[in-house]
Amino acid sequence: MATTLASSVETSRRPGGRGWLTILIFLPPALLLFTIFVAMPMGEAAWYSFYNWNGYGRPENFIGLKNYASLIGNHAFTQALLNNFLIIAVSLAIQLPLALGVALIVSKKIRGAVAFRMIFFLPYILADVAAGLIWRFVYDGDYGLVSGMTSLIGAQPVFLLADKNWAFSAVLVVIVWKYFGFHMMLYVAGLQSLDKALLEAAEIDGANAVQRFRHITLPLLGPMIRLSIFFSVVGALQLFDMIVPLTGGGPFDTTNTMVSYLYFFGITRMRVGFGSAVGVVLFLFCVTFALGYRRFFMRDD
Amino acid sequence: MIFRKLALASLGAALGATVAFADTTIRVLHVNDNTAAVDLWNKIARDFEAQNKGVKVDIQYLENEAFKAKLPTLLQSEERPSIIYSWGGGVMRAQAKAGFLDDITAEAAPWANTLSATAAKAFQVDGKTVGIPFETGEVGFFYNKKLMDKAGVKAEDIKSWDDFLAAVKKIKAAGITPLVVGAGEKWPIHFYYSYLVMRIGGASALADAAAGKNGGFKGAPFVEAGVRLRELAALEPFQAGYIGTTHTQAEGMFGDGKGAMELMGEWLLDSQASNAADGKGQPIDNIGLLSFPLVPGGKGVATDILGGINGWLVTKNAPKEATAFLKFFSQDKYQRQVAAKGYYIPVVSGTETAIQNPVVKQIANQLAASTYHQNFFDQDLGPSVGRVVNDISAAVAAGEMKPEAAAAAIQDAWDQQ
Repeated sequence: MATTLASSVETSRRPGGRGWLTILIFLPPALLLFTIFVAMPMGEAAWYSFYNWNGYGRPENFIGLKNYASLIGNHAFTQALLNNFLIIAVSLAIQLPLALGVALIVSKKIRGAVAFRMIFFLPYILADVAAGLIWRFVYDGDYGLVSGMTSLIGAQPVFLLADKNWAFSAVLVVIVWKYFGFHMMLYVAGLQSLDKALLEAAEIDGANAVQRFRHITLPLLGPMIRLSIFFSVVGALQLFDMIVPLTGGGPFDTTNTMVSYLYFFGITRMRVGFGSAVGVVLFLFCVTFALGYRRFFMRDD
Repeated sequence: MIFRKLALASLGAALGATVAFADTTIRVLHVNDNTAAVDLWNKIARDFEAQNKGVKVDIQYLENEAFKAKLPTLLQSEERPSIIYSWGGGVMRAQAKAGFLDDITAEAAPWANTLSATAAKAFQVDGKTVGIPFETGEVGFFYNKKLMDKAGVKAEDIKSWDDFLAAVKKIKAAGITPLVVGAGEKWPIHFYYSYLVMRIGGASALADAAAGKNGGFKGAPFVEAGVRLRELAALEPFQAGYIGTTHTQAEGMFGDGKGAMELMGEWLLDSQASNAADGKGQPIDNIGLLSFPLVPGGKGVATDILGGINGWLVTKNAPKEATAFLKFFSQDKYQRQVAAKGYYIPVVSGTETAIQNPVVKQIANQLAASTYHQNFFDQDLGPSVGRVVNDISAAVAAGEMKPEAAAAAIQDAWDQQ
């Protein structure tokens, strides 16, 4: 007993020795899982993307970069890409400020603050598919809430989701509604962990509310804001399951995201090779953003 | 002592039974959500098991989209089902080409003549039988008799495209929505485009285009079909917001009496009731069926019919009992029940006499007298080209795409596949 204890103390002093053992025991399972479930599927997708393949049998019809070439200038794909950037823009310009504003209010110790936090957070808990279906009803021109409101003022019923100029704006509203609660919660958590003493000190020094927010709350909330931007961009790039029940990518492919484009044009059309090419492009976007963002903005967090 | 013997005996019987039942399992995978029909299928399976000791038939359901998405992977595994549901057409040909289907020509030959010839042919690839059809159907204008009367339109008199356009205008003038369509999912509106191609280009139009004759899919029938579809849509005959309506919503509208006509397959007779606000929909004696009108100068005739043909495919290395089960399944006595209960229109010749529903009977008679039966374009052309036909049908109707560009888009998709 005593010897083993002594030897373990001894080995732990030598870097190298025990460290290699740990690596030898713990790395292979993780590496194996990572290889089988992450690296290999990605590699396979990259390989498929060079073939014209419908998913049956083995891919045999090698077409080089043609799948990628047909993405360039493809109207529906360009629209999907643009939509992804629009979602990011709206997330950053509207959703996050809104979330921060609401967080500032509900993080105060006022009556009902917890209840409001719950209410604002509720949409986020809802499954994306359910949210899509609910909003499909809200936007319905015959029975929906929106048409009910327009008919109150005597206007014609509107069919937002059937109108190619408005459909995506309608989708953006749902996205903000659905996800701002999540970012609000992040900010509430951030606000609650702020050092109150700093705010009190500033108040004593005569800083007004705006100055306190601008010079103390905001900088201290920095890590949380950067994290929230990260989630929001990655979430925007991956958005899929709400689009399908809400619009199905229509009308005229104006509301697709890259992932729903992949699904509708790759999977349901049995163009697995083409879909894989879309997947690779999407992957490159995500990786470039994730690595770049972490490298430049989240370095200190 | 006696108890012990009994226990041993029952143990032995149990073991014996397990062994016997484990011999062969035929796994059937389908997408039919009509539970009454599936109950009958299960009964057929039990009857088959009773007559074939050691064979078990396991009928499993998968939701339509999930079925289509999972099938390619499922077929490549060793766990593939023995019998799969199929719409025929391009997907079936791709499955056959990849070697996942059994050639059952020899096994099916002795009794294949009991099936409708058109339907049987739809499940052949390069002259080899790879599947057995069980269901056929027709797409046509189902109309609400009361609403047509109210608008002063006689459906029987609508023969030509011009008659049809005139009727649409008259119905609209009477303040009634002439046509409901679920163009949000696109395939419902591709029926218009398909029928127009068939009426303009005739029975050989699609096959010729696929073979690259007469300009392929850029040829005259495909361009003119777009022109005609836009001509109709320009009259604004569809319900407001039709570009976002789903097919179930549209079927519900027809059931609620909110539209005079709907171009749909025979299943509308059920779905208009189940999707109606009151769950009942239009009574069957208020529903009429109008064949798609003839286009002046077109090669098609009124007896050329568009409709689905569904069947069963036998997969590679399936137990030989699978084909025997399909033969058992296709017996007159079972398919007559299907017809009598109105689950679907069976393809076993002679069973149509058992059909009770007057509209279904009319469909069956038209199918029996058809000069040409065309499978749904989006199934026949396969998913990659078929979905493009769906897309362009909605876009052309809405005036988002010129007919020439639409025809070229189909050709592009065809060349790319």
